[in-house]
Amino acid sequence: MPAKGHAPYARGDRVRILDLDKPGHVRTPIYVRNKVGVIDYYCGRFENPEERAYGRVGRDRIPLYRVRLNQRDLWPDYTGAEGDTLVLEIYDHWLRPA
Amino acid sequence: MTADHSDHDHAHDHADHDHAHEGHSHIGKHPTREDNDVELTPGEAKFLALKSILIEKGLITADEIRQRHEFNDLGTPHQGARMIAKAWVDPAFKARMLRDGKAAALELGIDVTEADLMVIENTPQTHNLIVCTLCSCYPRSLLGEPPAWYVSKAYRSRAVREPRKVLREFGLVVPESVDVQVHDSNADLRYIVLPLRPAGTDGMSEEQLAALISRDCLVGAALPGQPSGAKA
Repeated sequence: MPAKGHAPYARGDRVRILDLDKPGHVRTPIYVRNKVGVIDYYCGRFENPEERAYGRVGRDRIPLYRVRLNQRDLWPDYTGAEGDTLVLEIYDHWLRPA
Repeated sequence: MTADHSDHDHAHDHADHDHAHEGHSHIGKHPTREDNDVELTPGEAKFLALKSILIEKGLITADEIRQRHEFNDLGTPHQGARMIAKAWVDPAFKARMLRDGKAAALELGIDVTEADLMVIENTPQTHNLIVCTLCSCYPRSLLGEPPAWYVSKAYRSRAVREPRKVLREFGLVVPESVDVQVHDSNADLRYIVLPLRPAGTDGMSEEQLAALISRDCLVGAALPGQPSGAKA
């Protein structure tokens, strides 16, 4: 079960990528923080790399999603096609329904 | 890679060499390789220290490290090309590969050990490009070591910001009617691109098809070559 109260996201759900401002081995790049995208794919559950990186292995597995963002939402001055997108992997605790 | 891997097989085979003719031309001889006796970088020194501690403590043996180097070297872009060529000729394999890339690789005897493998299919409407902005994640056990450009800061920052411009610099112009989809390999999965099978390749064998697929095609930085004799 996910750590938070909400049900796991479904494909197409709109989500905001949070800016948790956590130090350490975080896998959420700065350039997508506070941006809104949609759930593209559920990858399964994985150990949290923010824990694993410090030797804390074998802890709870957390849901990991592939989130799709429009390039124009990421970069206001983006000049490519309107349909250009970027997809990346975001752990559940970095997401909130949007 | 590191100083402990310097090779010693180059400089000491002069027994049959006539040293009376020291000034003579070396045309036709292989060039002398520089001795690898430069000072260690701090990273190399740390690596060697850590390695010797792990061996001394009995946590790992030198032979295990050597075996791992050998295993790492099994990954080559040709393995990925083989997998794509099979998917082009075998729709059932392709379907399995899109569902579970790691299991499909194993069918071909390729053991993808580092992570789950996701195969991203190019379509007439969408071109896909892979990057790892945070470090240099790459399906090494399938494709081998990534090219230098893949790990460069320039590629890692620009591929997500201006992918079409980056692709143009690779010589690949994606028309505006085709969407560019960038995949940041930032966490637990690894990716390869399944390119579209080029026109004019009907009846080619898997081996012939694999020869059209370069490493860069598997990252999305290029398209498969045309069969020789075909029009571009």
